[in-house]
Amino acid sequence: MTVLADRPVAHEHEHEHEHHEGPTGLLKWLTSTDHKLIGMNYMVTSLVMFFLAGLMALALRAQLATPNSSLLSFQAYNALFTMHGSLMLYLFAGPFAFGGLANYILPLQIGAPDMAFPRLNALSYWLYLSGSITMLLGFLVAGGAAAYGWVAYAPLSLVQFAPGSAPDLWILGIALTGFSAIFTAVNLVTTTFYLRAPGMTMFRLPIFTWNMLVTAILILIAFPILTAAMVLLFADRHFGTHIYSTAGGGSPILYQNLFWFFGHPEVYILALPYFGIVTDVIPVFSKKPLFGYKGMVFATMAIAALSTGVWAHHMFTTGVVLLPFFSLLSLLIAVPTGIKFFNWIGTMWRGQLTFTTPMLFCIGFLFAFLMGGLTGVMLASPPIDFATHDTYFVVAHFHQVLFGTAVYAGFAGLYYWYPKFYGRMYREWMGKTHFWLLTIGFWVTFIPQYVLGLWGMPRRVASYPANLGWQTLNVVSTVGAFIIGISFVFLLANFWVSWRKPIPAGDNPWDAHTLEWFATSPPVHHNFEKLPPIRSERPVWDYHHPDDLTITHGGAGANGKGHDHLAGAATVADAGDKA
Amino acid sequence: MASVVAVSPRDGESSSTVASRWRRRAFGLVAVTALPVILGGCQLPTFYGYRGSTKQGHDESLLWSGTMIASIVVLALVGGLITWSIIRYRKKSDEIPRQFQYHIPIEITYIIVPVVMVLILFGFTVYTENQVDAVTPTPAVKVHVTAFQWGWKYQYPGKVTVTGVTTEDPDPIGLNGGQCAPAVDCLGPGLVVPAGQTTRITLDSQDVIHGFYVPAFNFSRYAQPGVTNVFDLTVEHAGIYRAQCTQLCGLYHSLMFFHVVALPPNQFRAWLSSQQHLAQAASTVSSSNSTTKAAA
Amino acid sequence: MRVEALFLLGVAAFFGVVGLIYWFWAYEQGGFVMLVGTTLLGFLPGSYYLWWSRRMKPRPEDRTDAEMADGAGVIGSFPSSSIWPFVLGMGLFLMVLSMVFGLWLIAPGAALVVSSVIGVTVESRRGGTI
Repeated sequence: MTVLADRPVAHEHEHEHEHHEGPTGLLKWLTSTDHKLIGMNYMVTSLVMFFLAGLMALALRAQLATPNSSLLSFQAYNALFTMHGSLMLYLFAGPFAFGGLANYILPLQIGAPDMAFPRLNALSYWLYLSGSITMLLGFLVAGGAAAYGWVAYAPLSLVQFAPGSAPDLWILGIALTGFSAIFTAVNLVTTTFYLRAPGMTMFRLPIFTWNMLVTAILILIAFPILTAAMVLLFADRHFGTHIYSTAGGGSPILYQNLFWFFGHPEVYILALPYFGIVTDVIPVFSKKPLFGYKGMVFATMAIAALSTGVWAHHMFTTGVVLLPFFSLLSLLIAVPTGIKFFNWIGTMWRGQLTFTTPMLFCIGFLFAFLMGGLTGVMLASPPIDFATHDTYFVVAHFHQVLFGTAVYAGFAGLYYWYPKFYGRMYREWMGKTHFWLLTIGFWVTFIPQYVLGLWGMPRRVASYPANLGWQTLNVVSTVGAFIIGISFVFLLANFWVSWRKPIPAGDNPWDAHTLEWFATSPPVHHNFEKLPPIRSERPVWDYHHPDDLTITHGGAGANGKGHDHLAGAATVADAGDKA
Repeated sequence: MASVVAVSPRDGESSSTVASRWRRRAFGLVAVTALPVILGGCQLPTFYGYRGSTKQGHDESLLWSGTMIASIVVLALVGGLITWSIIRYRKKSDEIPRQFQYHIPIEITYIIVPVVMVLILFGFTVYTENQVDAVTPTPAVKVHVTAFQWGWKYQYPGKVTVTGVTTEDPDPIGLNGGQCAPAVDCLGPGLVVPAGQTTRITLDSQDVIHGFYVPAFNFSRYAQPGVTNVFDLTVEHAGIYRAQCTQLCGLYHSLMFFHVVALPPNQFRAWLSSQQHLAQAASTVSSSNSTTKAAA
Repeated sequence: MRVEALFLLGVAAFFGVVGLIYWFWAYEQGGFVMLVGTTLLGFLPGSYYLWWSRRMKPRPEDRTDAEMADGAGVIGSFPSSSIWPFVLGMGLFLMVLSMVFGLWLIAPGAALVVSSVIGVTVESRRGGTI
């Protein structure tokens, strides 16, 4: 049934939104266009992909624990790391953020009743699910899954070198999930532009929403190129074209240019939403507003803009790219990233920090991403890239970046919003155990890989000779990977326990800042019964703490002197309390 | 002959030669003199990296060491600030902290400082990459290296072609009667070059993309179909340098080893002329089989 | 509306400049074409938004002093449930799989796609029930 959603007006309880008598059970799952249910579907599906890919990673690490290992065949190893990368990057890290968390949280944060195009939103999910299944079907067909790495460089992905139908399924899976991402991005942009609550100006959007908006623009820039590249690759494989093969005058370099024009923005499509989570969580647990809000917004835009101009830094060793151009733009990304770091630190500075599980994961993210970011600056320098390209140094670098973002910050978000999703708390001690095991495993896994890379161990090798002195560090790395694996037992146990023995969380357990914490937990259909006045980027804080509004005049000694319109918010909120 | 021993690539060369070369070069370059002059006099720590067994690799190594030192400083600074915040500002009371949000001077500072650091790094990067990618008009020898699934083909002057299929023949192709040692450094076909002189490598691929990577040279370059890459390697000391394909190239990517054999120039000439004789003899016997092995 | 317009035009301006620099420095067509496309991606909607923002009063969500009541009224039409996205998704799924498992899969796939197009149209016209 179509609902003509009315704008909820603060403190007018006569509005009733209990029109929702839709289907239940399986039919509800198939037919719902509610952004919260779709977001939850996305999150569950992408977590399944995450655990599958994680198990593959454990198999890969087990193989590398011994030199000349024969645990897995070369073919199986190549297929497994291809699918590990593909699942993690295409089917987990992106969809978890912009399909799952953004779908659920973004409309709530801006006071919207739903996404702008609910049915398109549902279609996005079904395409994502279909694409995931299509890609995984590769394991079932003759010849095993695709084995050319997640980048699928032509000519290795052409039919002469990658016969069979698994590569086709891989390509089609990417195409389907690509369309899903584009539709979601259109939806997110439209929602942010048209469905904000009154007073929620662009520069009052929570940073998570800002980052999702910028991410959505990046998706619109990058994913059509990927889908086009995949269509051309499919044409090369089956329709006799020679776009990427030298046989007919084509150019393999073209594939790399197209792929990385997608691939580098993709890295930030995977990172920016998670920066947004961290930027939302740290102020809440510091009891302070975000330090340098506007700087943060412009830093996000700068990162996104620069990231689209640096695609060929993955191609430094091809010898055919303009080194200084791509090197300079890549290095410049360090500047807005630095701004983000200092703003995060500035937010914690002189705060009252409480180390709940989400905050711990954010701290873990800061250290992981600091390390990954610094090695990224090194790799932006072509001579250093020449020495380390395609070695385990690069593997360690991007795992520190992506693990820092998608895993640390992603699970920070999951723990942070878990009370909102289900109205019940997770068990804090289990969350903290998860964090500490994960952190030990993380550093033990990836620090040795830097050294291995500097010693010259190439990536994507299924075996390495004995007597090179590589085994010790590989064993350490493998042990770390299994510690990471064990840590996730605590995550699953946590969900299980909180499902069996719920502890009610209340609507706003964290004394948080943004509008989603004004809704009930879980939010009702079409989200809000009432909305507080929006006079800053943290309306819920202003509502609950009218005497502690943000000080916008930065001078020392300013004594809690609020801005004019913020002072206005206090009176409105007071009136609200009486209502 | 006896002088050819496999040196561990991580052993440094004599520091005085490195230093004097750097000093000489520094005088000619006004724009980026600071680092070579400061660093020229001492051996920087390499942080697990290779010191670089080629002239080009040395240049990279200095950039790497400098970048690494700068990174450690930044890591200590930022990591220290985070750690300080965590320890110092953990919750002590229920008092609401001061709700400040902006501090423009500090924000401008931490924009300008990274910009300056990045531009300095960019300056050294451009300088180094021009050194690494420079090709001399007068190389001592030109070798055409072709990668294929799965092995390497080396074409020397005088129609000498050495092909090593790493999956069929993973045994070390030794030098001068299998004296190559240790065996693990000698996997795959050996690319023979003169030490102390510049070798021009022309690199391409027959099928898919491969990676020509010699760890001790701090250098890698894709071998690609349809693209011919040209670069110079000036190996400074005789020795064996293990090497491997780095770009995923299919099933036996993991086995696609090779190594570089740097011989003293007179030995290299002798080796090359003996190979040229062999090639001539082979081509007169059978024109179809022009492939010889470097192994005696 | 104005901020949104400037946001998108900022995308266009940045990539326009980068594209020009890239063209005159790298002489490489592939990247240049993609940068031009990205410039247009920002320019087309951005200029349209700017055009509108000059012709309309600021919406409640554009005003810093707006009250909730300023935005009261119907926001839009939101279907609360619909089977047709699922049907369309499965139709496209089958059509894609047809390229691997046999062209006969196009028939059921196309049937599902066509029926979902009809279904969604009828649903919208009727005011939306399943």
